[in-house]
Amino acid sequence: MMRSALRPSGLARRLAQPSQCRTMASVQSDIFKPTKFGGKYTVTLIPGDGIGAEVSEAVKTVFHADNVPIEWEQVDVSGVETGDKHSEELFRESIASLKRNKLGLKGILHTPVSRSGHQSFNVALRQELDIYASIVLIKNIPGYETRHKNIDLCIIRENTEGEYSGLEHQSVAGVVESLKIITRAKSERIAKFAFAFALANNRKKVTCIHKANIMKLADGLFRNTFKKVAEDYPTLETNDMIVDNASMQCVSRPQQFDVMVMPNLYGGILSNIGAGLVGGPGIVPGCNMGREVAVFEPGCRHVGLDIKGKDQANPSALLLSATMLLRHIGLDDHANRISRAVYDVIADGTYRTRDMGGTSTTHEFTRAILDKMEAQ
Amino acid sequence: MLSSRAFAHPARQCLRKTAPLQSSQRWIPALSQARSYATADKDKVAKFKGTKGSDGKYCVTLIEGDGIGPEISQSVKDIFAAAGAPVKWESVDVTPQLKDGRTVIPDEAIASVTRNYVALKGPLATPVGKGHVSLNLTLRRTFNLFANVRPCKSIAGYKTPYDNVDTVLIRENTEGEYSGIEHVVVDGVVQSIKLITKDASERVLKFAFQYAQDVGRTKVRAVHKATIMKMSDGLFLSTARNVSKLFPNIEFDAELLDNTCLKMVTDPVPYNDKVLVMPNLYGDILSDMCAGLIGGLGLTPSGNIGDECSIFEAVHGSAPDIAGKGLANPTALLLSSIMMLQHMGLFEHAERIQTAIFKVLAEGKTITGDLGGKAKTHEYAEAVIKAL
Repeated sequence: MMRSALRPSGLARRLAQPSQCRTMASVQSDIFKPTKFGGKYTVTLIPGDGIGAEVSEAVKTVFHADNVPIEWEQVDVSGVETGDKHSEELFRESIASLKRNKLGLKGILHTPVSRSGHQSFNVALRQELDIYASIVLIKNIPGYETRHKNIDLCIIRENTEGEYSGLEHQSVAGVVESLKIITRAKSERIAKFAFAFALANNRKKVTCIHKANIMKLADGLFRNTFKKVAEDYPTLETNDMIVDNASMQCVSRPQQFDVMVMPNLYGGILSNIGAGLVGGPGIVPGCNMGREVAVFEPGCRHVGLDIKGKDQANPSALLLSATMLLRHIGLDDHANRISRAVYDVIADGTYRTRDMGGTSTTHEFTRAILDKMEAQ
Repeated sequence: MLSSRAFAHPARQCLRKTAPLQSSQRWIPALSQARSYATADKDKVAKFKGTKGSDGKYCVTLIEGDGIGPEISQSVKDIFAAAGAPVKWESVDVTPQLKDGRTVIPDEAIASVTRNYVALKGPLATPVGKGHVSLNLTLRRTFNLFANVRPCKSIAGYKTPYDNVDTVLIRENTEGEYSGIEHVVVDGVVQSIKLITKDASERVLKFAFQYAQDVGRTKVRAVHKATIMKMSDGLFLSTARNVSKLFPNIEFDAELLDNTCLKMVTDPVPYNDKVLVMPNLYGDILSDMCAGLIGGLGLTPSGNIGDECSIFEAVHGSAPDIAGKGLANPTALLLSSIMMLQHMGLFEHAERIQTAIFKVLAEGKTITGDLGGKAKTHEYAEAVIKAL
């Protein structure tokens, strides 16, 4: 039923494809407004595993209190192996929902380590929807002291290829090959995205992170493509750095970085290092931009299975990611109100969750945010 | 334990049935053998094989390196002479040569390292983006240096945002992402192959456990990304689990790369009782990150361990801009040479020199420019000699 209803639009899309293809690499085509029904936006909500349910509850409460014109379409997909086939179905449903709504707020899905376990849903989702750019904002939160000061950097990570291609095979017993794929088209796309992002957000410098001294062809292609694209953005300062040096610089002098762009795996490493610098995954927001779909999720992708259900999780990362979503669709008033409340509560220091050295529960912290919003 | 072992061996099981009394006696040696298997000296991975020469000294190959290399090597030589370490240096040149279209190091250098089983190496300049393989990589491949040991310890007197760092990281050095197998599939599409083999993983893991025993650490942790790379990192991980069974006195666990990065940067202290072991790329990145925690590559030693030979080196660059000016900091090479002494079993000398170095650094009077001091390279070396 649903499929037949979708078919005409699918056809229309196929017809429209040549022009889409042409603009594929262009960042400008990413800026879109999803459909608004009856004055409300429909947004897919995937709470995710671990702390997901608790922190998305916090987001829902806060959004409700602020009368944000968003209707959630919740899909409770889980990556934890339960033995039934249901999770695959839910996963497909979440993809369909994101395709419809073009906007999503997402927690992190668990991926089992075992070899027989399923492929990472997080990665599959990004590949399926071609959500190619991951943006992670690493910034000191005022009032929350960590070892390093004045950090304000942004990690842009290619999300769909590289080491996460998922292509692996065992040549003979005990010998495994894992393929890392780097293509010019996708390197160009992410480089353009990074430069456009830097311009739009008034940033000055873009650093390309690579390991081209060892992987001369693969990372060499990434680096050369970056340099080529850089020629189109003469107002921005550019440089490149080898990934091991970059991670060393990150822990010793992180202030030197502004926007960083890199292939998939290095992004995972550096976003975690970055999160460690400013106070952990609980306060690092992020988003994933695709050609059509934008999914907002905590920047530092930790499931938090260990503190699941204990009411200890810090909802700041998902809340701040949600405010990024609001800004994305132009609801800046709501976004400012909510993010200011989050920052104020953290700066006050009375209510802080355990990861920030406090004793508050998720509920108390959320309550404090609601109180701040009322007081504003 | 006894009974489970017996079960695993049906032939002996019948023996046991026929002669229950004798069998229990017979089992004891078998069991003790099994336990000592991993630690018995003959089975020890990468055991130092060198012997003293007729003058009572070990001969060590010295690769001085480029840029600041000769200066800092001189400091090491001076300090070793003053400390009376039984080491005789044999300097070799490793300027790469092209042979049949491949980059190779001169035969004399190879012969020297093969003869002495051990070498100390200063920084070598690698031209970036040029066609030829880095010399470091060539050395690693030539001598099959499969494990890279990178300890990082906070140095009193040099303040960083992190205190009490004392990490040990062991990196697989021969395969993984650095296999060097890459090709262009079609224009604009490149495949780079990460190669993980059971043999190489087993070798480095055994070494890691053994190293943990040697330095008195009780935990070994494997760092992986098996959620995404299920087969390759999965193989590394399952091999680690198997190897860990050979070392029952060492606690083993595994951690996802993301978590390691996050936790180390947040607070590195919990890693002070562990030895981390991981595939090539992760090791490369994390070891440099750890160096960042304590103040950079100028303060971290490194050892490349192979079955036959081992090369200890300073991992920092050759700093051609300050070469010959006497500004270089020889600490990294000195600490590497101490690791070398420990590898050779010369623990007393290692301890003496190390104490002297840390003393000079902690006093902070005669330290080099990169640490915020004013001393020249030779003045620093003299201070260390005095502290001996």
